[in-house]
Amino acid sequence: MSRAEAAEPSAAQAAPERAAAGRTPSPLWTLGLLGNELRTTLRRWRTIALLGVLAAVPVLVGIAVKIETSDGSSAGGGGGEGPAFIAQITNNGLFLVFTALAATLPFFLPMAVGVIAGDAIAGEANAGTLRYLLVAPAGRTRLLITKYATTLAFCVIATLVVATSALVVGALLFPLGELTTISGTRISFGEGLGRALLIALIVAASLIGVAALGLFVSTLTNSGIAAMATTVGLLITVQILDQIPQLHAIQPYIFSHYWLSFADLMRDPVYWDDLIRNLELQALYAAVFGAAAWARFTAKDITA
Amino acid sequence: MAELSTADGDTTGNGDTTGRPADTDGSSGTGDTVIATRALTKRYRGGQLAVDGLDLAVPAGSVFGFLGPNGSGKTTTIRMLMGLIEPTSGTARVLGRPMPRATRTVLPHVGALIEGPALYGFLSGRDNLLRYDSADPSADPRTRRTRVATALDRVGLTAAAGKKAKAYSLGMKQRLGLAAALLQPRKLLVLDEPTNGLDPQGMREIRALVRELASDGTTVFLSSHLLDEIEQVCTHAAVMAQGRLITQGPVAELAAGARSRLVVTTPDPGEAARVLKEQGLSDVVVAEDRVSADPPDRDLAEVNAALVTAGVRVRGFGIERASLEDAFVALTGEGFDVAG
Repeated sequence: MSRAEAAEPSAAQAAPERAAAGRTPSPLWTLGLLGNELRTTLRRWRTIALLGVLAAVPVLVGIAVKIETSDGSSAGGGGGEGPAFIAQITNNGLFLVFTALAATLPFFLPMAVGVIAGDAIAGEANAGTLRYLLVAPAGRTRLLITKYATTLAFCVIATLVVATSALVVGALLFPLGELTTISGTRISFGEGLGRALLIALIVAASLIGVAALGLFVSTLTNSGIAAMATTVGLLITVQILDQIPQLHAIQPYIFSHYWLSFADLMRDPVYWDDLIRNLELQALYAAVFGAAAWARFTAKDITA
Repeated sequence: MAELSTADGDTTGNGDTTGRPADTDGSSGTGDTVIATRALTKRYRGGQLAVDGLDLAVPAGSVFGFLGPNGSGKTTTIRMLMGLIEPTSGTARVLGRPMPRATRTVLPHVGALIEGPALYGFLSGRDNLLRYDSADPSADPRTRRTRVATALDRVGLTAAAGKKAKAYSLGMKQRLGLAAALLQPRKLLVLDEPTNGLDPQGMREIRALVRELASDGTTVFLSSHLLDEIEQVCTHAAVMAQGRLITQGPVAELAAGARSRLVVTTPDPGEAARVLKEQGLSDVVVAEDRVSADPPDRDLAEVNAALVTAGVRVRGFGIERASLEDAFVALTGEGFDVAG
């Protein structure tokens, strides 16, 4: 029978090709899934709640600083050490952007990204919608890339939500104007805004590693909750490991190790070394866990 | 069911829409076999053999019933055909292309409903379909909204299209799942238990829809545990039990494979049984006023005459055709809903 198969491949294969020619799909149509995925993700109640929490952080920080400094004392002067830049907020509202990003980057932002990334494949498997996407056919590699692209888009959106909320609150509660860099030089408000945007993008880029890690975890299980919990759990574990001095040998390879290097963008001239190390590390994580996710997902039996 | 009357135990052709004899030996190279598997086997990691050496041949244009008790490997087979599960060994060809390698070219021509519908509860019915349609890279975004509206109309969901899917009843979800399978003109529809959760009216509508699609030339691969459903709409059927294919072929032949019975209804069952045995009939069974036996090869009129001559009062006399269910029980040697 296999002889017969080999002898007549043209007759058997002609049928799908003929019909495909009738439809002549455009290469651009493949982006329809990405557009739909972005819209679907942003319409989820959970996504909106996460963004709401992120937007609330700068509001809380701003109000807290305002109340604490209403008697004339400086913020962070009470002995306790707050997030970076917190002492400068009263002089310039723009610093609330940096403070808010420094406050959310260690936990709130990566947690939100971990939820979205962890749910990416596992959530679809859990709901059973994964099998219908795949027989549509979305294509496993295409679906994975779409999910990763959406997660990265969420990283940018989440960071910009924090930054924008902080800018608005900072402008409402505190004066704006020229600002002093860490190096002591003064830069104009316009340049300060530019640096704030750059910092926001660097913060978003710092989340690339977590996003890839979460996506990989998401391909391992059929439970969205388990994938989210695992990703967030890994995030906490890794942050603890990064605090243990005895582990300094492995710490440069921990994805969160250079996160706070974004503050170097506020030096004059900018100190790039750690910033570049951070981006290299994120790229490494994206490559390793992206490849692992791909290897796992393209070979997986979809039984959910 | 015109096919039933054309059945003849010796020939394989039953004059369905292909106009060609149905291949029951799994010849996968011919263009009119829509699904062809060779020794398809799936062993799960736990060592459980879910599908064992399956040779399936689904002729083009047929409505193919896929039967088997729960746990007999039907769904695993369907998942392998759809490229969701990698076979352990053997090959599967769908629309002439190997699966799962050719999913990209094959699946746009296949509509599928697998193990019930799965929907995004927070999206409306319409948005669910828009999402599934955008997942297909060969689906034209310019016609997306019209095609979605047509599919919704086809399954009678137009009025509920704007409602969130989580508010749908099971029957409505099932319809929406069917609509997703009908977003494009398809060559093959794979429907796993399509009438699950539907009321009798809904079942009738789905059966009518299946017949309508089949008359347009779409091959329908229908898995069901409802035997009468298979008998009503299917031209061909395959029976699975414990991961193995028991039989496949035109429905009429399968039913013919089971023995039909001569049934005599009489107020004198004891006497009737004695006469039938005297006439050389085997396997005579008495149940109240019904006496049944294997039909003899000779003219039944003689048997009837013998009964009347012996003074047996006969109320009814005739051959009872075997149903697909009888055939199934005869083949699997077990009740239908026993897990394999």
